[in-house]
Amino acid sequence: MSRLLVGPFNRVEGDLEVSLEIYDNRVRSARVNSPLYRGFEQILLGKTPLDALVYTPRICGICSVSQSVACAWALADAMQLTPPPNGERCTALVLANENLADLLTHFYLFFMPDFARERYSGEDWYAPVARRFKAVQGDAAREVLPARAEFLHLMGLLAGKWPHSLSIQPGGSAKPVEPQERLRLLAILAGFRRFLERTLFGAELEQIAELDSEAALRDWAAQGYWQSNDLRTLLYLSDRLELDRLGRASDRFMSYGSYQIDGERWLPAGVRSRGGAVEALDTEKIREDLSHSWLDGGHLPRHPRDGLTAPSLENPDGYSWCKAPRLDGAVVETGALARQFINGHPLIVDLVDHSGGNVRNRLIARLLELALVVPQMERWVKQLESGEPFCHHGRLPDEAEGAGLVEAARGSLGHWLSIRDGRIANYQVIAPTTWNFSPRDGLQVPGPLEQALAGAPVIEGEREPVAVQHIVRSFDPCMVCSVH
Amino acid sequence: MLNLLWLQSAGCGGCSMSLFNAESPDLLTTLEAAGIRLLWHPSLSEATGAELVQLLEAILIGEQPLDILCIEGALLRGPHGSGRFHLLGGTGIPMIDWVSRLAERAQYCVAVGSCAAFGGISAAGANHTEATGLQYEGELAGGLLGSDYLSQTGQRVVNIAGCPTHPNWVTETLQQLALGELNEDQLDRLGRPRLYADHLVHHGCSRNEFYEYKASAELPGQQGCLMENLGCLGTQADADCNVRPWHGEGSCTRGGYACINCTAPEFEEPRHSFTETPKIAGIPVGLPTDMPKAWFVALASLSKAATPERLRRNATAESIIYPPGKQNDKKR
Repeated sequence: MSRLLVGPFNRVEGDLEVSLEIYDNRVRSARVNSPLYRGFEQILLGKTPLDALVYTPRICGICSVSQSVACAWALADAMQLTPPPNGERCTALVLANENLADLLTHFYLFFMPDFARERYSGEDWYAPVARRFKAVQGDAAREVLPARAEFLHLMGLLAGKWPHSLSIQPGGSAKPVEPQERLRLLAILAGFRRFLERTLFGAELEQIAELDSEAALRDWAAQGYWQSNDLRTLLYLSDRLELDRLGRASDRFMSYGSYQIDGERWLPAGVRSRGGAVEALDTEKIREDLSHSWLDGGHLPRHPRDGLTAPSLENPDGYSWCKAPRLDGAVVETGALARQFINGHPLIVDLVDHSGGNVRNRLIARLLELALVVPQMERWVKQLESGEPFCHHGRLPDEAEGAGLVEAARGSLGHWLSIRDGRIANYQVIAPTTWNFSPRDGLQVPGPLEQALAGAPVIEGEREPVAVQHIVRSFDPCMVCSVH
Repeated sequence: MLNLLWLQSAGCGGCSMSLFNAESPDLLTTLEAAGIRLLWHPSLSEATGAELVQLLEAILIGEQPLDILCIEGALLRGPHGSGRFHLLGGTGIPMIDWVSRLAERAQYCVAVGSCAAFGGISAAGANHTEATGLQYEGELAGGLLGSDYLSQTGQRVVNIAGCPTHPNWVTETLQQLALGELNEDQLDRLGRPRLYADHLVHHGCSRNEFYEYKASAELPGQQGCLMENLGCLGTQADADCNVRPWHGEGSCTRGGYACINCTAPEFEEPRHSFTETPKIAGIPVGLPTDMPKAWFVALASLSKAATPERLRRNATAESIIYPPGKQNDKKR
C-alpha cells in the first residue's frame, strides 16, 4: 500500500487536493480536501437581506449568475413575489448563458487538454489530438475563446456584465429589453449556434438533441471520421480509453430542476437511481454532516435552514473545509448527467442504465445539454415582449424564511435564508461541488468523487495519475463554490 | 519575452473568467503579441500538482526567472495568523507563504481584482479569515507584503482593482509592462493603472440625461438616474466601465443597477444597503467628490425644476413611454 497526495489540481475552479491510498496499481480509497475557506455564510450574518444579491454572486466567478438566481429566488420566496413572464425569461436566458459558457469552457479548456499530455504521446491518435487540444497552444482554445466571448455578449445586453451582475432581482430582471436589443439577442444566439454546429457537433443541434440511445449515438458517430468534429473525437477517445469504465460514483442522482418559465421548471426536479424511475425530490430530507469537516457544529447533521458554519481546526476527524450534504442519508451525484437523466432524455437514460455515472457519460450529457438549451434560448428571446413589465416589486418582511433552488452548470445549488428583525439571521449555501466533492459522513460513507476514484488505475511511478485527472475533471468541480 | 505566473487564493476566480472574455483579439493572441508567455495559469495550463510545485520551487531557488507575478484573490492570514484557511493543495504550505516568497523574486507583482489589491469581498463582515490585499488592507497601506515592498524592478504592487476586472484593464496593464512603459506616473494614488482609473464610471453613462435633470428611478428596472434613490456611486467610482463597455454593450448602470464602486478599497462594506442611497434631509450623502456641496444642491434643485416632462415620465418607466418629439405617451 502506498499513499499519494495529489494537488494542487488546476483546470478546475479553485484549489483542490486529493489524498490517495494505492494498492496493487489501483486507488483503494480517496479523501478529497477543499483547502480554501472564505466564510461567506459568516460574512452575510446581520446584513440587509437585499445586499445578499451583491455578496452571493461573488462566491464564485464561474457560477456567479447561478448564485444570483438562487439568492433572488430565496428572497422571492421570503417576499412571496413572482416575476412577470419577461422577468422569468430574462433570468432563464442569463442563467442559460452562464451555464452553457461553462459547459463549453469545461470541455475545451479544462477536460480535453489532459488527452494532450505527454503521458499519451505513444498513442496512435496523439498527434492530431495534441494539435487540437494541447493546453494554451492547441487550435481549439483559439476558436473557443472568441466564440465564448461573443456568446457572453448576451450578458452585456441582459445583465450589464459577467460575472457579478445585479440585474437578477427577486421580482424578475432590472434590465428591460428594448426591441432592438431583442433582435441583437437573436443574432448572438444564431452566431453561437453556428459555432456549435460547425465545430463541436458537425451537425444541426436538433439532430444531436434527437439521438435517443447509445446505439443511435454510435450510428451517428460512425457516419464521419473521428477527427471531423469535437464530439466525435470525444467519443473515439472514450472508446479507446474506456472512459465509460472510469469514475463510477453512487449512481444515485439529484436535480433541483431549472429554468423557471410560467411558474414551471423546464427541466424537472427529481431523484433517480440507475435502472429506476424518477422519484419526487423532498428537499426537507437534505442534511449537512460535519463529521469530517474543519467545522464546529455538533454531531447531528442539520437541515441547511438551521445550518451552522463555524470554522475550527479542532475536529480530529476533519480533513476538508467542505461539509457533507446527504439526501435522506444517501450520497447523490449532481450535474448535467443527473439533470438529463431526471429529465428523462432517452440517450442519457440509456447510457446511465447501461453503464451508470462515469467519465464518458458525464461528458456526453454536458455536450447534449448545449444542443438542448440553445434552441430553447431562441424561443425565450422570441417570447420577450418589450413594453410589458420585466420586474415586479414587493416589500421584504422583517421576519421570514426562504429557499432558492437552481441548477448551475455543474449541478444543484441551494440557498437557504432566514430573516429576523429585517436582517439576515442565517444564510446557508449548498453548492453542486459541495455534494459531489463532499468528504465522508458520520457513517464513514465517502462522497461521490471519493467513491468514483476508488478502483482508478495508477501506473507504476505515475506522480499525477492521469485516470485520476480524468475522473476529477469529469465532475467539472467548482471548489470556490463548494466551501465558499 | 516576459513570462507570467498567475496564482489564485481567496477569491472567486471571476477575474480570470472575465479575462477570458478579451476580444479583438482573444486573450491568447493578445498575450502572444505582447511577448508574454504563460509560465502557468490555473485555468489554462496543462501542468498540475507536483509539476506546478516543481516550477514554484525552481523560481524560489532562482533557477527559473519570474517576470510577472499575478495574484488573484485575497490573502488569508487566519486563523490566528496561521494562514491555514488556504494551504496550497498538495503542499501543506499556507498560500500566504508561497506568495510572499514568490513576490520577492518577481520583476513585477500585480494584484488582479479588488480582493488581491485590498482584500475586497473576502474581507467583508468581521473579516474572520483575516483577509488582506497584497500591499493594502482596505485603505491602509501594508497588507501581506508591507508598504515598503518593491518588486525586483523597484516597483510597488500594481493594483488592477475591480470586482471583477474588465478584461482590457488586465491585458492593457500587461501590455504596458511588456513594453516597459509602466512606471509610477501610470499609477494612481492606490497603485491602480490610470489607463482606466482616470475615468469615472459616470463618464459615458447612458442615463446621463436623467442625471442632468435629476430625473430618478425609484425601483430596479426603471430608466432614470440611479444616484438619488438606488445607491449608484458612478459619479465617485474610478473606472471607465461606461466609456468602453463590457461584453460589447454592457455595464452595471446599463444593466439596470447601481455602480457599487467596486474598484475602491472597502467597497464591500458601504455601511448602508448597496442599492439604497443614504440621505440626510432628503439629500444624498455621497455626492460627486470634487463638487462643492452647496453648488450641487443648488444646481440639482434648479435642474429638477426644469426637468422636461419626457424625462420625468420615462425615469420611472421600464421602457420609453415618452419618446423625444412626441406630445402624447403612446407606447412603443
